Amino acid sequence: MTKKTITLNLGPQHPSTHGVLRVLLELDGEIVVDAKPDIGFLHRGFEKLAEHRTYRQNLVLTDRLDYLAAMSNNFAYVLAVEKLLGIEVPKRAQYIRVALVELQRIASHLFWLGTHAHDLGAMTPLFYALCEREDIMDIFEAISGGRLTPSFMRCGGLAADVDSSFVKNTKKFTDTFSSKVDVYENLLTENPIWKLRTRNVGKMSKEFCINTGISGPMARAAGIEWDLRKSNPYSSYEDFDFAIPTGLQGDVYDCYMMRIKEMRESAKIVRQAVDGLPESDGSPIKAKVNKFPAGEVYHSIESPRGELGFYIVSDGGKSPARLRVRPPSFVNLQGMGELVRGQLLSDVVAIIGMIDIVLAEVDR
Amino acid sequence: MIVDIVLQIVKIIVIFAVILTCVAYLTLMERRCLGFFQVRLGPNRVGPWGLFQPIADGLKLFFKEDMTVLHANKFYFILAPVISFVAVLSCFAVVPFAGNAYIIDIPVAVLYLMAISSMGVYGVLLAGWSSNNKYSAMGGYRATAQMISYEIPLALALVGVLILSGSMSIVDIVNSQNGMWYIVKQPLGFIIFLICILAETNRCPFDLYECENELVAGYQTCYSSMKFGLFYIGEYAHIFLACCLITLFYLGGWNGPVLPALAWFFIKVFFCAFCFIWIRATYPRVRYDQLMNLSWKVVLPLAFLNLIVTAVIKVMF
Amino acid sequence: MTIDTLTEKIGEYIKETDTFRDEITVTVDRDVIITVCRILKEDEDCSFDFLSDCCGLDRLPETPRFMVVYNLYSLKHKHRVRIKVPLEEADAEIDSATPVWKAANWLERECFDMFGIRFKGHPDLRRIITPPNMEGYPLRKDFPLEGSETK
Repeated sequence: MTKKTITLNLGPQHPSTHGVLRVLLELDGEIVVDAKPDIGFLHRGFEKLAEHRTYRQNLVLTDRLDYLAAMSNNFAYVLAVEKLLGIEVPKRAQYIRVALVELQRIASHLFWLGTHAHDLGAMTPLFYALCEREDIMDIFEAISGGRLTPSFMRCGGLAADVDSSFVKNTKKFTDTFSSKVDVYENLLTENPIWKLRTRNVGKMSKEFCINTGISGPMARAAGIEWDLRKSNPYSSYEDFDFAIPTGLQGDVYDCYMMRIKEMRESAKIVRQAVDGLPESDGSPIKAKVNKFPAGEVYHSIESPRGELGFYIVSDGGKSPARLRVRPPSFVNLQGMGELVRGQLLSDVVAIIGMIDIVLAEVDR
Repeated sequence: MIVDIVLQIVKIIVIFAVILTCVAYLTLMERRCLGFFQVRLGPNRVGPWGLFQPIADGLKLFFKEDMTVLHANKFYFILAPVISFVAVLSCFAVVPFAGNAYIIDIPVAVLYLMAISSMGVYGVLLAGWSSNNKYSAMGGYRATAQMISYEIPLALALVGVLILSGSMSIVDIVNSQNGMWYIVKQPLGFIIFLICILAETNRCPFDLYECENELVAGYQTCYSSMKFGLFYIGEYAHIFLACCLITLFYLGGWNGPVLPALAWFFIKVFFCAFCFIWIRATYPRVRYDQLMNLSWKVVLPLAFLNLIVTAVIKVMF
Repeated sequence: MTIDTLTEKIGEYIKETDTFRDEITVTVDRDVIITVCRILKEDEDCSFDFLSDCCGLDRLPETPRFMVVYNLYSLKHKHRVRIKVPLEEADAEIDSATPVWKAANWLERECFDMFGIRFKGHPDLRRIITPPNMEGYPLRKDFPLEGSETK
């Protein structure tokens, strides 16, 4: 026995790799010497497929990228296509979209919170968080018929207008949501074991985040005050009043706090959007779509995981000549190898959780 | 003579039947309570309120494919669950349920308990080692370190009780608590005992050697069917044993007003079990190094302090 | 960000500029890409410190066939620019941007995986998404949509 370390295959079938991530860990006892993430088990050739489908058909594919935030993917895609077309979307549609993607952000963060807490051994928050996520899924189901993959947006607007029951249900949800977040925080925020497990684990510096391309709540946890909704507003985000929470240390605990605070802010945005929803004037909720011009556009939104961008190259035909997704979890996952080095095996699980990956989006 | 032996055997069978039934229903209780804590129902389909669920579970485990991993060391692989199971059940030989409901009352019962319950770790270690699987092995290593680290403060905390009662017989210990429970006289010792017994029984927040989020299932990753079943029963029997010990050493055993002794005993035991489940539903898991730090840097010194203070008080008054 | 500023900073390297829907695209030669990236990252007025995306592009049947596209973002000025580098099919090789942004690591690996574009000086240029024994490059236009039969 000359070899001092053991190689441990974490995944692709492992309870806490959130799908099919495989991490090759080089362990010295419990300490991680080296970690190599191996991805691609869920590759479905999205970008190739998109070149063979029309712009409208591609919308359905986007749902399947990040299936925990399907609305956000729809949203980013239609915004990119609308930018290519150069069309203006009705104000009412813009507001409904904002309400929907913010609800989706809450749903996604709730799921993250539950699974992340479960990864660290606290099993109860998962069930609490899923209760509220269920309410959001019900709202989606009522308007679109779909829960996980609603495909509700269309290039130029929405698949259908919403009625007063949507406004009523959404208001009911936002009224009680803040108190529900208090419940989760009660279980975790001041819990000494939770703090032991998350404080000073996976610390990121600002420079590290920027250089590695890390965006979204992780970057904000490291203290970078950057949110595309504020810095480059789209779809009337400039109309809404909300704060961008930032952290100081960029550790797992800060990432947790960021997402908790973001959920509260999102609930505020949803509330403002449904309160200020312009009345329908009877005109369709969808702008007219003309011929697709030749050209190329890149549009990105702040998805629950970070900067989600679509880069479309059009040659004027019915399908895009090239459709490129800038997947936030793919880029964020890059930093993992560096973050886990020198930490303990248990911290690997915490750090994978902190990154909030959806493997369907990483592999596309 | 023969009548005595037969009686003794009948006693053993009855008591073990009671214990195994309690253990089976402990699993049901855990699942129902967790359901209650987590705003869901838990198993309620098999029989009224899910009361037959443990039987269904047992049948299911029994009919599963019994696998032995190809590269496993077969002898130890099969021996390991047996050791865990037998070690825990043997402990119940000296556990009294009421003033006269016990198999045997030996004068060194506490010593016997400590010795036999420590044997359980061999089951876990052997299982982890013989499976020839990295996750299992890490589970086994963790288990060994954890058991050694927590056995010492556990024993030290118990010595406090022994000093007060002046006996190692459990019946004597319970009887000496007639006026005042030891939880009042030994509050620090009780807390130390509770922490250590949580670690010993591999319960959240110290369920490090089988935590599914890191080690898949730890030492039992490669086990299936009844071999897994034996670990499973052994684990819950260990929890049941832990609750019995807390009751006997700190909560006055079967003493209590109005209700019969046996009822008081089981009320207290299942209350302890409920607290175990409650803790599991509330806390995240600690990390391996934190667990070790807690044991050697916090719990062990406190246990010594408790021992010294108890001894000094006992001598002075 | 205006074209004027860009011309002032990296004018000597620019081969072509294009503005579509207020997005600026700059085409440069592959030999100067690292120089251009460094200037854009370090210059005060540009300050493109964030590499949003780096991807490949197959333009078959046009020549040069491939493009490598960099989408840059500035956290300071909140503006974007896109850099494109054309590459010949016969010699599809370009300097890696990893010394400038670490983010380029996986993005370039993906680009290599999908188009077969090689990045000189990349620390770990392996296939990232498809299996290591895969033949062909899936996102090339002449790669069949149904994929090829693999053993």
